[in-house]
Amino acid sequence: MSGDFDSVRVVGVSRHFGRRRALSTISLTARSGEIVGLLGPNGAGKSTLIGVLATLVAPSSGEVRYGDRPVRELGPELRHHIGLLAHELHLYPELSARQNLTFFAGLYGLDRQEIVDRALERAGIVDRADDPLSNFSRGMRQRVALERALLHRPRLVLFDEPFTGLDDQAVGLVADRLRVLAADGCIVFMATHDLDLADGLVTRVALVRSGKLVSDEPADADLRARYRELVRQA
Amino acid sequence: MRKAFTPLTILAAAMFAYAPIMIARAPYESTMGLVQKIFYFHVPSWFAMFTAVFVCGIQSAIFLFKRRPSADRLAFAAGEIAVLFGFMGLVTGPLWGRKSWGVWWQWDARLTMALLVQLTFIGYLLVRKYGGPGSDKLAAAMAIFGMFNVPFVYMSVNIWRTIHPPTTVIPKLPAAMGVPFWFCVAAFMLLCLLLLTMRAQLEHRRAALDALYLEQE
Amino acid sequence: MFRRVALLVLRKDVAIEVKSLEVVSTTLFFAVSCVLVFAFALVRDGSVVVDAAAGILWIAIAFSGTLALGRTFERERYAETLRALLLAPAPRAAIYVGKLLGIVLLLGVAELMLVPLVSLLFSTPFFARPLLFVGLLLTGTVGFAAVGTLFAAMLVRSRTRDIMLPILLYPITVPVIIAGVRGTAALLAETPDEPAALMWIALLASFDVVFVTLALWTFEPLMTE
Repeated sequence: MSGDFDSVRVVGVSRHFGRRRALSTISLTARSGEIVGLLGPNGAGKSTLIGVLATLVAPSSGEVRYGDRPVRELGPELRHHIGLLAHELHLYPELSARQNLTFFAGLYGLDRQEIVDRALERAGIVDRADDPLSNFSRGMRQRVALERALLHRPRLVLFDEPFTGLDDQAVGLVADRLRVLAADGCIVFMATHDLDLADGLVTRVALVRSGKLVSDEPADADLRARYRELVRQA
Repeated sequence: MRKAFTPLTILAAAMFAYAPIMIARAPYESTMGLVQKIFYFHVPSWFAMFTAVFVCGIQSAIFLFKRRPSADRLAFAAGEIAVLFGFMGLVTGPLWGRKSWGVWWQWDARLTMALLVQLTFIGYLLVRKYGGPGSDKLAAAMAIFGMFNVPFVYMSVNIWRTIHPPTTVIPKLPAAMGVPFWFCVAAFMLLCLLLLTMRAQLEHRRAALDALYLEQE
Repeated sequence: MFRRVALLVLRKDVAIEVKSLEVVSTTLFFAVSCVLVFAFALVRDGSVVVDAAAGILWIAIAFSGTLALGRTFERERYAETLRALLLAPAPRAAIYVGKLLGIVLLLGVAELMLVPLVSLLFSTPFFARPLLFVGLLLTGTVGFAAVGTLFAAMLVRSRTRDIMLPILLYPITVPVIIAGVRGTAALLAETPDEPAALMWIALLASFDVVFVTLALWTFEPLMTE
């Protein structure tokens, strides 16, 4: 498919809402195979940055380049390559898991039933595929949401606090899935305030505080101490 | 504009000081008498209002498509000024109507239309104030839609009912009334321009202050 | 891709509504209450003020339409599905068209119940000129929904959306109400005034064209935060 890319470059992106600055001249680059953890306390601007990467939020200044081309050159086609999983599920509770997945597959131009079947299988809910989603537990819904976000095999995978409300087993599953994605050549961004979950999963860490990029470095053992200090300063 | 601002303000003040003299000297209209003289302020305030409405709509479109924050600030200023002149028109209109039609408010076409456009832009200001984050874009949409709505409001209300003196009287005004009338129009347009500049300047300063605050953090 | 996405969104909205019937039933109930409330104001000594039926019908459509718009987009806000829709690889205006068709359909269903009800309560012969009447209803509903869908979609992000929707919507859609009421009243006159009704339909049709075009043109920049 056209418009594919293997790196994402955030170039001097700022975004403010009136007097509140959500992002302040952030620059960073992520390449295929990396899992970039966006770490920072609540309200640090992580979600805004994820929104900018997803083309849902327009930066006040600066730009994001997908494989060296800016958004306006790529057009709607670009969104074929972006998958977003947020804390909100992006699913219709009135519809069944199968209906939800079929609908979103359709939006991406994927008609084949196997795609939906495989996603249901991965989510581990084949036997309850036709129940309304509102009957599911938070963990089950989150698994469906994960499959929904990845239906169209996006190149750029954006996770915004994907672990909230999940039990340990579900967290493990999501984490495994993330590793597989990265190994397959995806670019993964994961925003979280929870260091324990990010630790050992991310390959790079970008620390964000009050909209500013405080550091951007490979994940290492020192991460924990640095993060703690950062949160204390905030 | 900055250099011309003070002389223009003085000019506007002088024009508004002289306007009553001109209006007083203008001949009495036979049927309406003294009340007719409201016309010298009433009609120009509508001119000024619609100028502001179109400035607001066009600047909002520029803001939306070119993402130029200064256009948004100008649109905001124009929105406020449209409402201000709109109130002048809405106050002077019924004063005239009381004498001419015998009631304060008539569901007359142009009066109703003015009220509706006025409502649109009060809505615009309300959204700006209470819309929360992202309300600038909401308000921009309101201004653009409001601007394009003017002909529709005009047509629908006009067919609905008309008892207003037709606008065609203006070109036919005798010179003794025409000169003071156009003098007042010029004074109002100048006032509109000055207020717009001043109000937009205030918004620009406010934005600059916000930028400084952001710098500080 | 555009048509496909618009139709998918429409089909999805219909599927949800068929399952829950929530918006249809609440909107209908509200519309009926509207009719009754206005009936108390406008019926005296058992007879109705001239043209009241036309007015009541359109007021009920406008009020219940606002309610339906709010509920429909509340559904897209609940799990932030609107953001997921905006991520579809199609021109974003397609989402607008899909939602617009859904709202028009919903209001159509409400009108299907409202018109007979008003007709029954006020013994008004709405269908003396069926084609013209349906023309008025259709063009009027599309015009109202075209503006309403755009504003309701934008307001999903706003905290004060409940109050902002009517504040934004009514001043802009006044021409629709005037044209709808006067056009209907023209058809209900002793001798139906067909040229007048046609003229109002023409006005509504041009309103529809202008505002649907405007909405399609502004939807993408408006929906990008």
